[in-house]
Amino acid sequence: MLSDFDFSVIADSLPFLWSGLQFTLKLTLTAMLGGIFLGTLLALARLSSVAPLATAATWYINIMRSIPLVMVILWFFLVIPLLTGAPMGAENSALVTFTLFEAAFYAEIMRAGIQSVTRGQVAAGYAIGFSYSQNMRFVILPQAFRNMLPVLLTQTIVLFQDTSLVYAIGAKDLLKASEIAGKNYNRPVEMVVFVALVYFVICFALSYTVKRLSRRR
Amino acid sequence: MNYHWNWGIFLEPVKGGDETYLDWLLTGFGWTLAVSLSAWLMALMLGILVGTLRTTPSKPLAALAAAWVELFRNIPLLVQMFLWFFVVPELLPRELSLWVKQDMPAKEFITATLCLGLFTSSRVAEQVRAGIEALPSGQRMAGLALGFTLPQTYRHVLLPCALRMVVPPLTSEFMNVFKNSSVAFAIGVLELTFQARQMQEDSEQGIETFFAVTLLYFICAFTANRVMALIERRTRVPGQMAGQMAGHQTT
Amino acid sequence: MIELNNVSKWYGQSQVLDACSTRVAKGEVIVVCGPSGSGKSTLIKCVNGLEVFQQGEITVNGISVGAAQTDLPKLRAQVGMVFQHFELFPHMSITENLTIGQIRVLGRSKEAALAKALGLLDRVGLKEHASKHPGQLSGGQQQRVAIARALCMDPVCMLFDEPTSALDPEMITEVLDVMVELAKEGMTMMCVTHEMGFARKVANRVIFMDQGRIVEDAPKDEFFGTPRSERAQQFLSKILSH
Repeated sequence: MLSDFDFSVIADSLPFLWSGLQFTLKLTLTAMLGGIFLGTLLALARLSSVAPLATAATWYINIMRSIPLVMVILWFFLVIPLLTGAPMGAENSALVTFTLFEAAFYAEIMRAGIQSVTRGQVAAGYAIGFSYSQNMRFVILPQAFRNMLPVLLTQTIVLFQDTSLVYAIGAKDLLKASEIAGKNYNRPVEMVVFVALVYFVICFALSYTVKRLSRRR
Repeated sequence: MNYHWNWGIFLEPVKGGDETYLDWLLTGFGWTLAVSLSAWLMALMLGILVGTLRTTPSKPLAALAAAWVELFRNIPLLVQMFLWFFVVPELLPRELSLWVKQDMPAKEFITATLCLGLFTSSRVAEQVRAGIEALPSGQRMAGLALGFTLPQTYRHVLLPCALRMVVPPLTSEFMNVFKNSSVAFAIGVLELTFQARQMQEDSEQGIETFFAVTLLYFICAFTANRVMALIERRTRVPGQMAGQMAGHQTT
Repeated sequence: MIELNNVSKWYGQSQVLDACSTRVAKGEVIVVCGPSGSGKSTLIKCVNGLEVFQQGEITVNGISVGAAQTDLPKLRAQVGMVFQHFELFPHMSITENLTIGQIRVLGRSKEAALAKALGLLDRVGLKEHASKHPGQLSGGQQQRVAIARALCMDPVCMLFDEPTSALDPEMITEVLDVMVELAKEGMTMMCVTHEMGFARKVANRVIFMDQGRIVEDAPKDEFFGTPRSERAQQFLSKILSH
């Protein structure tokens, strides 16, 4: 029963949990920045008129989007050391996996963004003498990015929640830290409740901000 | 790459048992299907109900539905699994709590289904709400003007149109259910991901294992996609573009 | 038949109806006109309780619309309404559109409802389209179906909310013809419309609204002959000039 709960253990393990949260945030930010960068390149490739490039990008995006993230995490953790010949820590493996995985999702958002820029704008860019890459850089991508900002942020909230899945390879994020702390104090239940609360507060605040942001525009 | 390939591994017996690895994977496939399909059924029913309530004029009901969506949407699925598995039994009355922890049959399966069903219901609810809100307000008025009560207006006018409209977005949710069911490995459901990890450790043939499991997930996603496409074709209304119940036709 | 007494309505701060009063006797045809945003559409939707109002009283057939104990669905079933955008139910065939209300609200048998529906479809000249869906009909045909749907319920009066303003010009006549015929048969009608030809032909009275107020409420000949208010004069000269 709830009255049996002992929440004092949370105060004692806060520093430890904070180190876990730090990794969660680092993973989120890395995968967001790297994912948006790679995702934009993927989107450009998918929309490119060079057929093999477009096909390759489409395949990459579709494959990533139809495999469960847990499986992708397991795949990378298994395959990267085989390819590089050296073992890779769970944390580093997670950073690489999430960047490459999220890129597929950001790519689809950026593609929609690029397609949302009107033909007139594209034509106007070329009309003043921009090359393809100049037109992308100065005219199309800035507008695409601005149009898709709320969706990009929403995807980042999803990403933030998904980072908890590094549990599968034992990387020490917020969730794993709480599990370790729960075992140390023999209080797993309190830890799960606390961690759920932390995730909820952060995600709720972020999604509320995104909602306000998209309403204002 | 220094890897010892062995594609015949699936037919070899597991260590210290007389099953083959293929048996493990098929068991896992079965549990994945069981969890996903029962969770999807639950999510559809609850999601339609909650999404509908969000659009009703009743403030308390709409607020309750909104709270439902926010609650299940803002906590990672894996953490929700742990909440249902470790925390919820503690909140029950003592005898019930003991029974759940010790005697409840298929405890992992029930917990995972419940958790995944509720999680998905909040996403279905959002789609259903968006579908209802996309209908022209005149449809609601036309239903009421004909003498329908509000529930009748929902049942005969708004929901049939809104649900047709949300079939395409629900397709990706249906595919997500199979993907998300993989999280159930963490509370010990013997589904595909659980079996994959177990087979990898046991056989040390990780690539073959993951390849087979990934293929099975592909089959789920592909089948889900085809089923929804079939439903979309079957429910299409003559004279109406696919997914376009909202537009006025003024020709 | 329909009686409005000092009806006022606000959306938050802004007042959209300001003490509107009028009455429509049995068999009368009233045309309501006015510039857009004048509140005419809101007023007509108040009559069957689709819009709520904060002050005043509306009675239809002796029943108060705003009263808490009024069974609104029952009242609405007796009042036919035709919308600007037709609002046929897109997922149902034409016959289903015409029978669903009869079956679910009036409790008629399927056979009786179908007979009634086919009779009325015939009357609006669309019998051969019975098994089609709304999306397969033209706008004018859809609006005629919508009128037939309302008539299926054997209404005591009919409300029309700009029934022709979403239609292409060549389809307006086919809808107006049906409305004229209805008026001649003695149906009580309240029509928000800018079709002044229709008003001249069948209206008993014309109501002119501006900024939420009923500015003029006069017999047809008087309204078209010597409208008193300047706004009504301006309005008339604008819509009659083309």
